[in-house]
Amino acid sequence: WKHVEILDAKTREKLCFLDKVEPHATIAEIKNLFTKTHPQWYPARQSLRLDPKGKSLKDEDVLQKLPVGTTATLYFRDLGAQISWVTVFLTEYAGPLFIYLLFYFRVPFIYGHKYDFTSSRHTVVHLACICHSFHYVKRLLETLFVHRFSHGTMPLRNIFKNCTYYWGFAAWMAYYINHPLYTPPSKWPQTRVLPSWAFPPCETGARHLCGKEICQLGNFSIHMALRDLRPAGSKTRKIPYPTKNPFTWLFLLVSCPNYTYEVGSWIGFAIMTQCLPVALFSLVGFTQMTIWAKGKHRSYLKEFRDYPPLRMPIIPFLL
Amino acid sequence: MGRLTEAAAAGSGARAAGWAGSPPTLLPLSPTSPGCAATMASSDEDGTNGGASEAGEDREAPGKRRRLGFLATAWLTFYNIAMTAGWLVLAIAMVRFYMEKGTHRGLYKSIQKTLKFFQTFALLEIVHCLIGIVPTSVLVTGVQVSSRIFMVWLITHSIKPIQNEESVVLFLVAWTVTEITRYSFYTFSLLDHLPYFIKWARYNFFIILYPVGVAGELLTIYAALPYVKKTGMFSIRLPNKYNVSFDYYYFLLITMASYIPLFPQLYFHMLRQRRKVLHGEVIVEKDD
Ligand SMILES: NC(=O)c1ccc[n+]([C@@H]2O[C@H](COP(=O)([O-])OP(=O)(O)OC[C@H]3O[C@@H](n4cnc5c(N)ncnc54)[C@H](OP(=O)(O)O)[C@@H]3O)[C@@H](O)[C@H]2O)c1
Repeated sequence: WKHVEILDAKTREKLCFLDKVEPHATIAEIKNLFTKTHPQWYPARQSLRLDPKGKSLKDEDVLQKLPVGTTATLYFRDLGAQISWVTVFLTEYAGPLFIYLLFYFRVPFIYGHKYDFTSSRHTVVHLACICHSFHYVKRLLETLFVHRFSHGTMPLRNIFKNCTYYWGFAAWMAYYINHPLYTPPSKWPQTRVLPSWAFPPCETGARHLCGKEICQLGNFSIHMALRDLRPAGSKTRKIPYPTKNPFTWLFLLVSCPNYTYEVGSWIGFAIMTQCLPVALFSLVGFTQMTIWAKGKHRSYLKEFRDYPPLRMPIIPFLL
Repeated sequence: MGRLTEAAAAGSGARAAGWAGSPPTLLPLSPTSPGCAATMASSDEDGTNGGASEAGEDREAPGKRRRLGFLATAWLTFYNIAMTAGWLVLAIAMVRFYMEKGTHRGLYKSIQKTLKFFQTFALLEIVHCLIGIVPTSVLVTGVQVSSRIFMVWLITHSIKPIQNEESVVLFLVAWTVTEITRYSFYTFSLLDHLPYFIKWARYNFFIILYPVGVAGELLTIYAALPYVKKTGMFSIRLPNKYNVSFDYYYFLLITMASYIPLFPQLYFHMLRQRRKVLHGEVIVEKDD
């Protein structure tokens, strides 16, 4: 049997003393015991550490394996209100889907009374709406059925930040694309994004649309590959390798091909709609994803000795 | 600074467990220090640390103050001396103009060249942060400097009819005094001979100069509004082939509104700094 005392990491005030804890109890179990005396701090809110300023212990860590004597002193820090990861994603993505449609259908008070519920005369506007909706429906479905997240929750305030970003940009882009004074790309449908030999069967005009949708498929393939790396319910992390699906072959060159595809698909959308706000959204998204990709890349290198040296974080050979 | 890092670490704790790339929690406009607020009257916020890690600047513990290379120190010293001199010249020009003419009409016109020159040169401060010879966040400095550039070039320079407003004099005076103190503070710190009265000035003048500067800036923008609306300057209208529009008038309104949340943050931050530097008050960090 072991004793566990939990002190406040800031004030060193004793919050709780657990008499007789099984030596092979995990941190998750200790968190549960702690919640019994302090119901306001549910387990996901708690961070327990051996050192007041040290790293948080993982839920899987076992008491016995930690460098502690018969009385373990743990320092508690409140992480603040938490919200489930899935909820955040769902709100984040449902917003743009809905907001875009408000502009598409030109609901009152946006473009002036005489345009209420009218419809654009440009084909590209309708295609853009389909693309945009598809993009976010895909993300919602992936969040629900594909991703296996390793963390259950995140701090509540993130949802405000993330939603401002996604919703705000969606509204800004949708406002211009669906505007009665929208100017379709001058050469539409002749603009070329991909060389003509790439898609002989396609109508010239649909090529950039194809480019965007191909990126979407690529992004989806990567998400499936990442899912298969992690057995259901676990939190393991492995090195992703190319599979039979050619889209995943990008794993040979980059650590986060899903980001590469994501950026590609936004660039395709920007060219297709010829809308500057979309281009800016692509740029901001690219910057953000590059930062994450670099972080992940570094973690891979740190965690795996035999990590393929050819890979770059997000852009093959470059970045 | 330590406080911020700690808070951030705790915040992402739920996800941070050993995995660096912690995606959707870090969005582009992640929060930064109160320094973000520093769009205002003076770039005097302790953010823009002209290279001098003078004692009392809370960025680094005194012990591990970075030693700059000779070249960097020489350049920063030169830069800060030049800027001090520049703003001194401005001050003298302004006083002389007023003594001779007895009015503020035409003042801006007479000093505009010097003002634009030295204020534009402040862009180098962003470069200093970028290349790391000044230990301050690029974002904070960037916001501060660009707000000044905005006031000089996009407001006062571009909108001639408002150049004779009293409010222009208001912010000019506030800026000039602030900058003379700030740049000389850096200069003397870099030379390791900081006279107490300069330190005192840097941490006391702002109490009055900030509000005065902000008032001057706000009133000037306010005076510009009707003119901007009438001419539609700097605005882009639909339809155009990039499918984007921009309305300078609304942009100015939003800019003015943004002073409301930002100014108090900045002001109280400076007040805290002042207590710390001048009265050696140890501010108990909540996180300890
Ligand atoms: N337009 C934009 O601005 C933007 C910005 C960000 C994201 N997105 C989109 O959202 C998608 C998801 O973003 P994300 O940042 O969550 O993607 P991610 O970090 O690549 O993760 C996708 C899923 O795979 C898991 N995973 C990642 N690497 C793994 C590994 N080595 N072994 C096992 N599982 C692994 C992740 O679990 P963990 O929970 O352990 O990480 C997560 O469940 C992106 O691919 C992109 O399409 C768009």
